[in-house]
Amino acid sequence: MGSTSGTSNGSAGVGRRNLLKRSAALGLVSVPAMSFLSACASGGGGSQDKAKEGKKTEQNPLGVDGSAALSVVIFDGGFGTKYATDANAEYKKAFPDAKIDFHSTQKIQSELQPKFNGGTPPDLIDNSGAQQMDVGVLSSKKQLADLTPLLDAPSIDDPSKKVRDTLRPGIVEMGRFDGDPVWTLYYAYTVYGVWYSQTALDRLDAEYPEDWDAMLALCAKAKKQGIAGWTYAGKYPYYVPFSLYPFIAKIGGREVLDSIDNLEPNAWKHPAVKAAFEAYYELQRKGYVLQGTPGIDHIQSQTAWAKGEALFIPNGSWVENESASVIPDDFRLSVGAPSALDASDKMPFGTLWASGGEPFIVPAQANNVAGGMEQLRIMLGETSSKNFTAQVKSLSALNGGTDGIELTPGLKSAVAALDKAGDNIVNPRIGDWYVKLQKEQIGVSGLGEMMAGRITPAEAIKKIQDFADATAKDESIKHYKHQ
Amino acid sequence: MQHGKYRFIAGFLIVPLALYAVFVIWPFVQAIYYSFTDWTGLSPDFAMVGFANYSRMLGDDVFWKSLQHSVIFALLLPLVTLGLALFFAFMLNVGGRRRKGAAITGVRGSGFYKIAYFFPQVLSIAIVALLFQFAYNPNDGVINGTLESIGFGDVRPNWLGDPNLALWCVMAVLLWSTVGFFVVLFSAGMASIPKDFYEAALLDGANRFTTFFRITLPLLWDTVQSGWVYMGILALGAEAFAVVQIMTVGPGGPDYSTSVLPLYVYQSAFRDANAAYATTIGVALLIVTLLFAAVVMRLGRRERLEY
Repeated sequence: MGSTSGTSNGSAGVGRRNLLKRSAALGLVSVPAMSFLSACASGGGGSQDKAKEGKKTEQNPLGVDGSAALSVVIFDGGFGTKYATDANAEYKKAFPDAKIDFHSTQKIQSELQPKFNGGTPPDLIDNSGAQQMDVGVLSSKKQLADLTPLLDAPSIDDPSKKVRDTLRPGIVEMGRFDGDPVWTLYYAYTVYGVWYSQTALDRLDAEYPEDWDAMLALCAKAKKQGIAGWTYAGKYPYYVPFSLYPFIAKIGGREVLDSIDNLEPNAWKHPAVKAAFEAYYELQRKGYVLQGTPGIDHIQSQTAWAKGEALFIPNGSWVENESASVIPDDFRLSVGAPSALDASDKMPFGTLWASGGEPFIVPAQANNVAGGMEQLRIMLGETSSKNFTAQVKSLSALNGGTDGIELTPGLKSAVAALDKAGDNIVNPRIGDWYVKLQKEQIGVSGLGEMMAGRITPAEAIKKIQDFADATAKDESIKHYKHQ
Repeated sequence: MQHGKYRFIAGFLIVPLALYAVFVIWPFVQAIYYSFTDWTGLSPDFAMVGFANYSRMLGDDVFWKSLQHSVIFALLLPLVTLGLALFFAFMLNVGGRRRKGAAITGVRGSGFYKIAYFFPQVLSIAIVALLFQFAYNPNDGVINGTLESIGFGDVRPNWLGDPNLALWCVMAVLLWSTVGFFVVLFSAGMASIPKDFYEAALLDGANRFTTFFRITLPLLWDTVQSGWVYMGILALGAEAFAVVQIMTVGPGGPDYSTSVLPLYVYQSAFRDANAAYATTIGVALLIVTLLFAAVVMRLGRRERLEY
C-alpha cells in the first residue's frame, strides 16, 4: 500500500482526485437508497390510484369500473390455471376495456406478502397450496375485503337469485372467521373420504365395507393375496384425518369435532376419539398398512395404491386429477364414507366430510376491489363452473352445475356420496384455523407416530391434547370458535 | 507524502462498504429490531413486546431440538466431509503407487474419479434432494432395492420415515453433494505443494500415511480452515434447510427428529405468520454461526508456512 502513494504521486494525482470525486458521488447515491430500504420491509401502505366506482346496473351490480385494470394471481397447482384464464376471458367479454394482468405461481406467500406489506396487492388471489397465507391474520389486520356484496349480488345465470343461494352447503360459513363478514370464497368443492378402486374390490369379491368388522375381514382377505388394506401419505400424515375425522363424527356425533375445533379442554379425550384411533391403530398392528408407508410421500403412496398394492387411501377428490397419469383406465375410482364402528354410532353410514377448497380472497387494499369480486361472480356462473369441473375434475362451489357434462368416475362417485350423505356433511375447521397444530402436531407427531406403530393410541391422544392445550393458551395465535 | 492516504483508501472502499451495509448489515439490524416486536409479517402494523419472543424461545422444545440438530450438523458434517475430501484428494494426487516416470502420482483412473466426484456439484441442491427422496423410498427406492438384491430383503428400513435414521439420511445427502467440491479445492491446493518435498520424504522412507500427516495436511491447513468455515455455514444455513424441507417427513419430522433452525425460521415466518418469532430464532442462528466461526478460527490458528 505504502509504495503506491510514494512513487507514482505526480502523474496520477489528477486522476486520483477525479476518482475520489466519483466515488463520493456514488456514496451519495447509496445514502438515499438506504433510507428508502429502511422503509421497505414493513413500510406503510402505498397510495396508488384506486379504480373509480362504476355505475351500478343490472348487468353490473357490483359497480365495476369497466376501464380499470384487473390483476389476478392464481395458485398453479393440481388444478392448473386454464380454468382461471378462461374466466378472465369472460371478464374481458363483459368489460372489453379492462386490461387483465394475470399471474400464476406456486409461491403465493413469498410473492404476495411483500405486496401486502407495501399496500399494492392484486385484486383477486387464489390463496392455495403449501404457501397459503394465513387468512385469519390477514383479516384481523384489515387486509381483506368483505365479500358480502358479492354474496348479495344477483347470480349471473339467474338474476332472481342471490349468489349466496346458489352455493353448496358450508361454503359461506367457511369463509367467516368471526362475526358476519365473509373473507374467503372457496371455489372448489372437495369430498374427503376413503378412496378405492371398485375393480380391485370386485376382484376380491367384496363390497365397500359398511362396518369395521367387514373392513378388517376384507383387509385380512387382501393380505392373503399380498395386497395391503391401507396406505397413506406417510410423510404427510395429516392426510389420515380425511377419513379419520368424519369417522370420529360418525361415532360420537358432530359435537365431538366441534369441541376439537374449539380447542376445548379434554376434547380429544372423548371416547369416540379413542375408539376411532384404536380402530386405525389395529390396521397397523395387524399389518394391514402397506409396508414402508411411513417413508413415502403423497404421490408415492397414491402411485402404490393406483398400482393395486393397497386397497384404501384417505384422500380428497383432487386425487383423481393429481394421480390421473398412474390410475389405470379400468380402475373405477370411488369414494367411501367412513365405515361404521358399531351399531351405537351417533351418525348414520354415509356421514361425509365435504368442504370448500381453493380459497379466493380479495385484498382490501387492492386497486380494483369491485373487479375482483365481479371476477368471482363470473366464476360462480354456470359457464365457468362447468368449464372448471370439466377441466380439473373437481366440483365447484356452485350447487349443481354438473348437468350436461360427462363426469369422471371419481366425480360421479363423489356426487353419489354427497347425495347419500344429505345433511350429514361434517366440516372440521381445525386445519384452516390452526395449520401448525393440524399438520405438524396432530398430523406428524401424533397420527404419524401412531400409524407407524411407534406410539399407542392412548399416547397419541395425550400428546395431541397437550398440543391442543398449548395452542389454546398461545396468545400469538388467533383463536376461533364455531358460531 | 502520506497526506490523504486514508481518504484515498476510503474512496475506493465506500461503494463496496455501502453495498455491504445496505444488503448485509442493515437486514441484520432490522431482524434484531423485529425480534422485539409482535410483527406477523402480513401487515405493516406491529407493537414492541420487549423480550417476550426470547423468553418464549427459551421455553420452546422445538427450538431446542432444532438447535441441537443444527449444532450436530455444524460439528459433524464439516469433520466428515473435509476428512473424506482430504482422503480422496490425497489418493487422487499423491496416493498412487509409484509408476514409471513420475515419483508422485494419483491412483489409477484418478482423472475419471475427479470428474465423478465433482459431478454432484453441477446439480442444484433441490434436485439432489429430490433424487435422494426417490432413492430412500422404502418400497421401490434404489437403496432398499440394492439391499434386497444382496440378500437383505428383510431389513427394509423406512429411512426418512424412521426417527432414528432420518437425520443421518439427510446428512448423507449433504455429504454426497458437497464432498466433490472440496476434493477439487484440496486437489488444487495439493498441486501447489512442491513435488520435491514428497520426493525427499519418499527417499527418507516415509509411507503414505506419514507423508499425508507430515507434509500434505500442514501445507494445506489454510485451505482446510476456510473449507471448514464454509462447510459449517452451509450446514447451519440454506443447504441444510433445502434438504430437510424437501426430503423429510412433515417436513422436520418424524416427530421433530430432523428439524433444524433455518427450517423453524421458515415455518414460523411463512406458515405460522409469526415473523417476529422467526427473526428471534434467526438471531439465535446468527449467534450460533458467529460462535462457530470464532471457534474454528481460534482452534485453527497456526503458524503459516511459506513455500
